Amino acid sequence: MQTGGDIPEVPGRPDERDRPRVGVDEWVASVEGRREDRVGFARLGRRIDALLPPWARLLIFGVFAATLPLWMDRGDLFAYGIFTLIYILLGLGLNVVVGYAGLLDLGYVALFGFGAYFYALLSSEHYGIHWPSAVSIPVVVVSTALLGLVLGIPSRRLLGDYLAIVTLFFGQAFVVFVNAANPTVRGKGLTGGPNGIADIDPNDLFGYELTTRRQQYWFILGVVLLVLIGLHFLSESRTGRAWRALREDPLAAEAMSMPVNRLKLKAFAFGAGIAGLAGCIFAAVLTAVTSGNFALPILITIYAVVILGGIGSLTGVVIGAIVINVSFQFLAPENPQDNARILFYAVVILLLVLAVRPWWMLGVVLGGVVVFGFAAHAIAEAIDPSWTAGAVVEGGRLAGVISDWVIIPAGHERFANVAYITLIVAVLALTRIHGWWRTILLVPTLYLTAIVWETSFVEQPAVARWILFGALLVTLMTVRPQGLLGTPRVEIV
Amino acid sequence: MIVAFNAELFIQLLVNGITLGSLYGLIALGYSMVYGILKLLNFAHGDVYMIGAFVGYGVLSLLGGPLSPNISLAPLIVLMFLAAMIASGLLGVVIERFAYRPLRDAPRIAPLISALGVSFFLQNSALLVFGSQFRSYDSFVLGSKNPEFFEPGPLTDPVFVIKHVNVQLIQVIVLATTAGLMVALTVLVAKTHLGKAMRATSYDREAAAMMGIDTDRVIASTFFIGSLLAGAAGVMFGLLFSQVFHFMGFLAGLKGFTAAVVGGIGSIPGAMLGGLLVGLAESFAAGYLGGRWSDLTVFGILILVLLIRPSGLLGTRAIQKV
Repeated sequence: MQTGGDIPEVPGRPDERDRPRVGVDEWVASVEGRREDRVGFARLGRRIDALLPPWARLLIFGVFAATLPLWMDRGDLFAYGIFTLIYILLGLGLNVVVGYAGLLDLGYVALFGFGAYFYALLSSEHYGIHWPSAVSIPVVVVSTALLGLVLGIPSRRLLGDYLAIVTLFFGQAFVVFVNAANPTVRGKGLTGGPNGIADIDPNDLFGYELTTRRQQYWFILGVVLLVLIGLHFLSESRTGRAWRALREDPLAAEAMSMPVNRLKLKAFAFGAGIAGLAGCIFAAVLTAVTSGNFALPILITIYAVVILGGIGSLTGVVIGAIVINVSFQFLAPENPQDNARILFYAVVILLLVLAVRPWWMLGVVLGGVVVFGFAAHAIAEAIDPSWTAGAVVEGGRLAGVISDWVIIPAGHERFANVAYITLIVAVLALTRIHGWWRTILLVPTLYLTAIVWETSFVEQPAVARWILFGALLVTLMTVRPQGLLGTPRVEIV
Repeated sequence: MIVAFNAELFIQLLVNGITLGSLYGLIALGYSMVYGILKLLNFAHGDVYMIGAFVGYGVLSLLGGPLSPNISLAPLIVLMFLAAMIASGLLGVVIERFAYRPLRDAPRIAPLISALGVSFFLQNSALLVFGSQFRSYDSFVLGSKNPEFFEPGPLTDPVFVIKHVNVQLIQVIVLATTAGLMVALTVLVAKTHLGKAMRATSYDREAAAMMGIDTDRVIASTFFIGSLLAGAAGVMFGLLFSQVFHFMGFLAGLKGFTAAVVGGIGSIPGAMLGGLLVGLAESFAAGYLGGRWSDLTVFGILILVLLIRPSGLLGTRAIQKV
């Protein structure tokens, strides 16, 4: 095409004069470069993509992960290492269904559960069957993939939301079936009811049983790396591109003569297969399965993993799984709350650093919070000493500072709940106001956050983490639907 | 399990099923209205219902608690309903404003995930604030003269008897309130200005906006009305089954949704019909197959309906425009 020609010369803004004019071939070709490049995480994500080729990222992750057992003790390796790897695997499977093909599958966790239960039936004391892993894992993976295929059949007819519902119900039905229905097979409850199935064999590598945590960790790491490599090539393949086209616009994809139904079923089967694999590993590592492991909270966690890192990005899933699982384990009830506290305040400050500009404003806000805190504490103490007489839960080294700064009442049972509800209202109000008022409101809100943490969340860390995950999903969806490393979707005008 | 036909059991199950069904119908209306107008599955709807039940409990304890209420029974129940309905309605508006409105033009998967997050957030907030124990409305002794001797209160009085089966006052209250609310809603949608705006918005949001309808306000009103009905259903649940807890919204939400889909999502009479069907199915499955099968029966019905007639019994087939 000749430049100039029929299209009249339109003087753009000074910085746009050098770019190709709207509509010409060069303009169309440079669409990637024109995508909105926001500051902060978005640009960081783009840079990681540009600077490090996929194999380098894989190498960094692999080397880091492989050396983990050398400096971590057994308990930590189980909680932080093995669980992160399982979340990565689950996230990768869900990423195929949701991230690549754009199908909202809310029964995913049931497929994970099916894999775990099936593996448990094939290799445990429950029926006395002990198949070696080399046989049972492929059998489980293939049958989970087939189940995913069956579950995906309605998706041929259903629009996005109906699919979500059918799968959500499938997930719920699975839990009810395992827990309550528990049909009797060969004189025994098939699924063990609420007790689940115990004494499951560990995975074995062609007869060599992986019993120590280190061996298991390295085995799972190997599986994860293989799946990562496989998915990378899959996503670059013809099928991967077709899936993304399907996600962006199913109608247009169909009009381009793509076999939409077959692609959907393929995505379901692939995701389900990976979920089944994760189930085998999970059952073998835990040596017991119960229905509680496959209920709604886990589904939310897997979604948080995929969405945080960025829907459709493999690096994103790995990073998301690490972030989610580490914060998840920090907030575990059996973990000393001191660590969780440091993490919490660190995250709050990190968010402030990202959100508050210019830099001196950050100083004003943080200083304001500290001063506000001491003032509020002094006033509360002056009114009635019982308002500040409460004890800090597992304060550790920070206990003294916290009890002088945060209002922790003794008695006054309603205080924690009132503070929590006020915090929700304050945060919602913060999103609606702008300018100086926002900065001014930010100070008491931050102080309130500290109060809520010290009075409610520390006492019930297990509940607090679900609340934070729920809030994370909503916030991410409204602020940055593509996640940290995902690419923003093309706006169709 | 085969049970010889027993008329008494059958009528008992029928009465229970209809009461339960009217409750599900109310929840289904909220789903159906929101879906009709936004094409959004509001997963958080069940949790709005749960919050409504807790607000009803809060009013009850503020006024002296179930065992010794300060005011007489009729105004107490009216107050509980009003407080729960208004609080749930406002909650629905807040959810819409902060979790769904920013996503109006986002890809369809985004508001669904956001809704999931809201549901999870509400559920666990309730767990944090109210704790995991069951709270009881004590409807058995509510309004009784001697609650400490477990003398039954007026809510359990039989209003009429069919073949030795008592239909209790509370069941009549639930049925009457549901019927009243549904008539009011039908009139609102069919006759008023707001109803006309709602119908227009659900037909074509952009065209409605071009005709001068403030669609954001219409959507907010839809959320208010739908959530209000859920709040009423929450109090009804508390009065019928006497216990409220943080997780009650999830299953009730699923069943309300089933009712909406079975009846034909987006259709108001469909939601009522679907609610009755789901309530009856659950009641009969629990009576004849055993309680553990009742949930599975309901889910089975949903999946069957979706596979055979995705638009539901009274729904119209959606035409997909390109």
